[in-house]
Amino acid sequence: MVDVAAIDPFVFRLAIFVLAIFVGYYVVWSVTPALHTPLMSVTNAISSVIIVGALIAAGPEDMNLSKIFGFFAIVLAAVNIFGGFVVTQRMLQMFRKKR
Amino acid sequence: MSANLSAIAYLVSGICFILSLRGLSSPTSSRRGNLLGIAGMVIAVVTTLLNPGVLGYDLILLGLAVGGAIGTIIALRIKMAAMPQLVAAFHSLVGLAAVLVAAAALYAPEAYGIGSAGQIKTASLIEMTLGLAIGAVTFSGSLVAFAKLQELVSGNPVVFPGQHLLNLFLGLVTIGVGIYFVMTQSLPAFWVLAALAFLIGFLLIIPIGGADMPVVISMLNSYSGWAAAGIGFTLENTALIITGALVGSSGAILSYIMCHAMNRSFFSVILGGFGGDASAAATKRGDRTAKSGSADDAAFIMKNAGSVIIVPGYGLAVAQAQHALREMADTLKAEGVKVRHAIHPVAGRMPGHMNVLLAEANIPYEDVLELEEINSDFPNTDVAFVIGANDVTNPAAKTDPQSPIYGMPILDVEKAKTVLFVKRSLAPGYAGIDNAVFYRDNTMMLFADAKKMVEDIVKAL
Repeated sequence: MVDVAAIDPFVFRLAIFVLAIFVGYYVVWSVTPALHTPLMSVTNAISSVIIVGALIAAGPEDMNLSKIFGFFAIVLAAVNIFGGFVVTQRMLQMFRKKR
Repeated sequence: MSANLSAIAYLVSGICFILSLRGLSSPTSSRRGNLLGIAGMVIAVVTTLLNPGVLGYDLILLGLAVGGAIGTIIALRIKMAAMPQLVAAFHSLVGLAAVLVAAAALYAPEAYGIGSAGQIKTASLIEMTLGLAIGAVTFSGSLVAFAKLQELVSGNPVVFPGQHLLNLFLGLVTIGVGIYFVMTQSLPAFWVLAALAFLIGFLLIIPIGGADMPVVISMLNSYSGWAAAGIGFTLENTALIITGALVGSSGAILSYIMCHAMNRSFFSVILGGFGGDASAAATKRGDRTAKSGSADDAAFIMKNAGSVIIVPGYGLAVAQAQHALREMADTLKAEGVKVRHAIHPVAGRMPGHMNVLLAEANIPYEDVLELEEINSDFPNTDVAFVIGANDVTNPAAKTDPQSPIYGMPILDVEKAKTVLFVKRSLAPGYAGIDNAVFYRDNTMMLFADAKKMVEDIVKAL
């Protein structure tokens, strides 16, 4: 028997990562080429989920260098999140059936 | 919120992101997809704010408000023709955010539960190093791409002797500094590493010419994903790992599609030096002559045609002729002509760019077809109307093994009964090669600015 508890949690994260690459591969190939620009703007928006790291850095009450880094990262990621989703929505509104 | 609960919330957020990309498989489901993406982001942010370590909300709310306002205003104002620059600029922000988060984790590792200052776990250090390096390359590389697309600098490739050797040398030094940093956790080494990676990102993109920009943007899209994944490992955050993997593979696939559409290998794009100045390759025109016609001739031919395929290229967007083109298509349809649009994968400056530009002009997406869908229809089509495109119609790609674009898939416009080619002059296109379609018996050149020509045709109809 393998002792599951002996497996480094890193391995589980690696498993998630590798499986997500496969999911990404199949999902992205199914995206219609007409929507490749919105695909790029929406992937840009969701990759800004890196903001979670910035929020943790800016979280503590006492001021330190890390908190300043966190603040600037929040601003940059927020530009991306709002900008990315709004511009994607703007583009997708144009792809409506018109008759 | 308990650790298990927030881990599950991050997983849900990751699933929302997967479904958001899945929604883009058709225009009808795409808007719901975007909303799911927003939902995933809200879940991730709220879960993090409920983290016991997050106590002071002032700076966070200020940052969100400032960034959110800037992002929203830009997104609402940006012109669709400027989408490639915008996406490049946004990629650079993800890259810089990754650098800042890596720095924050290094200076306050306790907050992330990865050890204490000077005593960070080796695995976390390696992940941090990767996130930092890829993030920094993404940042400076995207800035160069932005400057080229915005035409702040020339789109010509910047090449100098020993360039690749220099890049290789810097790459090796960076790896060395990275290993030193992981072993010593030295703060100066961290910043030297960041500076080296910034420099590499800059040097990597300057030799790549304007024609290859669609590949560059896709590639940087991919990098921004891998940087996010690297940081995701450091933070042990599932949402970030899943998203990084999705975005990384998405950008890689788009790069592949773009390379394939230009028949260029990924490595030849990276090594650079292709495309830019139109006069780079001198071409012999010989004594061949091209027939030219007027807007009235074109209107007459198209009105009496049964079917027309419009082949738009980036020149259309430059001339801002999309709306006039829509009017022309509508008028022709009212006359009973079957009108469709054929899009080459590299018709715009980024993947899918031309589709967005046509959609913006209210051209129904059902009338817009991709190369594989429509290419076999040209022989049964009365008129191919080429506007603002050139290289993507050049038969040399099929017939001339010496041609720089040999092997590139092209739209077979010359097989249509008549080709109407709107162009300012007989000058060659981006790739600097002459187009034999100009001199064919069934081709009529319409020498004019794209917008003016289309408007004149509409009047004549």
